[in-house]
Amino acid sequence: MTLISDPWPWYISGPMIALILFLLLMIGKNFGMSSNLRTLCTICGAGKTSDFFRFDWKSQQWNLVVALGAIIGGFIGSQFLSNDLAVAIHPDTIEHLNTLGFKSAGASYLPTELFDTAVFTDVKGLLILAIGGLLIGFGARYAGGCTSGHAISGLSNLQWPSLIAVIGFFAGGLTMVHFIFPLIF
Amino acid sequence: MRTLKYLFIGILFGITMFKSEAASWFRIYEMFRFEAFHMYGIIGSTVVLGILIIQAIKRFNITSFYGEPIVFTPKAKSVSRYLFGGFIFGLGWALAGACPGPMFTLVGAGFSPILVVILGSVFGTFLYGLVKGRLPH
Repeated sequence: MTLISDPWPWYISGPMIALILFLLLMIGKNFGMSSNLRTLCTICGAGKTSDFFRFDWKSQQWNLVVALGAIIGGFIGSQFLSNDLAVAIHPDTIEHLNTLGFKSAGASYLPTELFDTAVFTDVKGLLILAIGGLLIGFGARYAGGCTSGHAISGLSNLQWPSLIAVIGFFAGGLTMVHFIFPLIF
Repeated sequence: MRTLKYLFIGILFGITMFKSEAASWFRIYEMFRFEAFHMYGIIGSTVVLGILIIQAIKRFNITSFYGEPIVFTPKAKSVSRYLFGGFIFGLGWALAGACPGPMFTLVGAGFSPILVVILGSVFGTFLYGLVKGRLPH
């Protein structure tokens, strides 16, 4: 049973995601999670302020169900399919995170410095989470997709635009980790 | 019935995101420091298999489970929107350590602060809708 309760290696995880891509295609849908954020805007009435949100959100209901499934999957994965939640990242990564003040590196699933409920009373932590989310939402829609829509669906379909987007994802991520992290942590 | 299938696929996806640790902030940070192969292995093997799957669907005219043709919509040609949008997304991906799929997974795993990230991302999507016309695409 440790096969399931241990973290899954990349060569299990990758084929599993490919299977999900395949199942969605065979059901007549395209894999793309960030579209749900637009749907949520429309449901909240954003159509009043921009044409971009004026569409029949019911046509995207299926994708919200996938997102709901992803929530349930997270619950099952963490509650029933895992013993130890600590993520065994590389020792150099742990050491570097320690110097940035992340003491939970190598000992938890997410940094407690940002994802413990104590963050709700920590202005800096809250700002980091909110701004991170803001950039994700804005960037994903501007680029027309996120990791699932571009890096997985798009690259699998040999789309040049997706390759450009993925290069952008990495340029942004590298800038954040190497140039902006030293300024904020 | 179809709704149940979407739910099942979503559950499979959520479990995979959690168990693969692709939903871990630490793994994203490690990836951007090039200190482990893990995330590259996940994305790389998914894409290699994805290419084979999509090529097979196109070549052998495989139809969906319901006998309908499988349609692939090509992405509109442009450089600026993908590069600029991608860059902004990447900044957020590294900062919050989660992309839109894993965000939902982390709600189920009980990390309530991720809700702040989700609210931020919905607001970011809304902001994009407001300024869309003034951005290079």
